[in-house]
Amino acid sequence: MRCLIFVEHSDGTVSESALELGAMAKSIGAEAVGLICAADPGAVNALAGQLGSFDAVIGVADDSLATYNPDAAARALTAATEAHKPDLVMTSYSAAGVDLAPNVAIRTGRQMVGYVSGLELDGDTLNAMSTVYSGKLVARTGMDLPGIVAVMPGAVKADGLSGGAPAVEMMDVDLSGLRMRVTETLVPENTGVNLADAEKIFCVGRALGGTEKIELAENVAAALGAELAGSRPVIDAGWMPKVRQVGKSGTKVKPRLYLMAGVSGAPEHLEGMANSELIIAINSDEQAPIFGTAHYGAVCDMFELMPALTERLTAGK
Amino acid sequence: MHIAAILRLNPVLTEELEVDEDGRDIDREWIGLELNPFDDQALEQAVLLKEATGAKVTALAAEAEGGERLLKTALARGVDEVLLIEVGEENVQLSSRARAPLFQEALEGLAPDLVLTGVLSTDDIYGELAPQLGALLDWPQVSAVSNVALGDGVATLQQEYSGGISARIEVQLPAVVGLQAATQPPRYVAGSKLRDLLKVEVPTVEPGADFGADLADATELEVPDTSGGAEMLTGDAEAVAARIHEILVERGLV
Ligand SMILES: Cc1cc2nc3c(=O)[nH]c(=O)nc-3n(C[C@H](O)[C@H](O)[C@H](O)COP(=O)(O)OP(=O)(O)OC[C@H]3O[C@@H](n4cnc5c(N)ncnc54)[C@H](O)[C@@H]3O)c2cc1C
Repeated sequence: MRCLIFVEHSDGTVSESALELGAMAKSIGAEAVGLICAADPGAVNALAGQLGSFDAVIGVADDSLATYNPDAAARALTAATEAHKPDLVMTSYSAAGVDLAPNVAIRTGRQMVGYVSGLELDGDTLNAMSTVYSGKLVARTGMDLPGIVAVMPGAVKADGLSGGAPAVEMMDVDLSGLRMRVTETLVPENTGVNLADAEKIFCVGRALGGTEKIELAENVAAALGAELAGSRPVIDAGWMPKVRQVGKSGTKVKPRLYLMAGVSGAPEHLEGMANSELIIAINSDEQAPIFGTAHYGAVCDMFELMPALTERLTAGK
Repeated sequence: MHIAAILRLNPVLTEELEVDEDGRDIDREWIGLELNPFDDQALEQAVLLKEATGAKVTALAAEAEGGERLLKTALARGVDEVLLIEVGEENVQLSSRARAPLFQEALEGLAPDLVLTGVLSTDDIYGELAPQLGALLDWPQVSAVSNVALGDGVATLQQEYSGGISARIEVQLPAVVGLQAATQPPRYVAGSKLRDLLKVEVPTVEPGADFGADLADATELEVPDTSGGAEMLTGDAEAVAARIHEILVERGLV
């Protein structure tokens, strides 16, 4: 059995998720073949050198592939899938994975399963476990191969560099007439807020409801000596600046303490904080998925808890 | 300029979800449905673009139940036209993959310049909608987008990656966009505005296309086992605050 893995990279480094996908392919006894799209063959080779656990690499080189280009990448992955007929195509559940897996599934007439957290091979059937409804349910889908999966980052541990660099075979793909171009890469500006290095974080979610209540959260953070953070909806609503967002499209954090209130625990939030040393979650819904990840939890109204905790912390000083 | 916004209903996830008897679907008896939060962003972005450029906006839905009300909300939010694709009352559980060919057919008829929908729905097990539509229509597609601006025959988008990094992408129209966040948060609609629309007839269309084949018959749903999860702190807010304080003191965190 053979898996074709779309290898994401930035600034000359392959992503952790690509190594995780390699480990997952191995875990079902499959060969791991990476697809590396980059600006030139030299860049493909340099990236392949970081995939010691892979069996082979297919390289596609073109100026348009210097950074991720959804149109060019979809063509490359479709062409590689059609030429090499892997049993399974694997992408990460990332922006690129959301672009590519469903798109290539349609283009190649394959079935796909997304939000995958685990794979098991049972004869010719691949059982894929998915995290659905924001983590409130899990789905088990039996897929006949060939197929495509999009896998949650962190679903398995990445393999380190075991073998030497895999052999690279370059492939020609027609990338003429692309219908989009990347004009700029934007990196967040340095604002002095550094969640990644914070020792303690207090994170509030959508349940905060508006800026009127933010003072209650600021008080907890101050009494605790913690950085204040928010889930994505808090940032999208404009209640806090983007630098304070934890998660998939925000900052990944690993503090000694991650205290959280009114955050449901969607997979995209967990991706940014699940490795924190101590996680304490407050939520009014006893079925909130965050209680599956937190070390301590309490079913409680955050608007009662926040002032009570501020008082305790201040009195205890 | 013509923009199509595709809207889907989702179960309200702050309520308890249960799995039905045969484990194939969620128990839909008591759950509430709401506009998929990412489709809400797509709707807002469509209306913002209309305000900025004078574009016409058509909202589309394909729901067994609640589609009319959903589209009336879209009218109240400022879209110009709506279209409900009839899927049959019994088809309450339709994945994005199942509905994609129906939306494809409707979009081929409408021929919009830009299609906006939410980047995902939390039950998109068999693939998200926007990239499937891109492939079916053979139009360029970009997902995880925040910010959309329209120019002459092109749209400029911001695609978001991890770590707060993003790219600006210029895409030729017509195109399909999976929206993550609109340029501004979705606006509030007054109930009175909705009531004014009660009598409006929502136009419907019978699809000619078949549902797309997905793996729904091969999927079983379960409530995850969280027994290995959190140790629960009980009592009222005061008691919980006191226990949290103790835990933090024990660990030298305060
Ligand atoms: C590509 C992509 C990237 C994403 N990136 C991120 C990211 O970086 N970070 C991120 O956070 N999300 C991200 N998301 C969004 C993610 O899917 C969720 O939508 C989001 O995390 C939900 O935020 P929330 O938990 O604050 O809100 P909700 O899911 O709405 O949860 C609110 C919670 O508050 C609880 N609650 C309500 N009232 C109270 C009360 N009075 N007291 C206590 N609890 C209460 C509810 O029970 C509920 O559990 C991303 C999504 C996509 C598609």
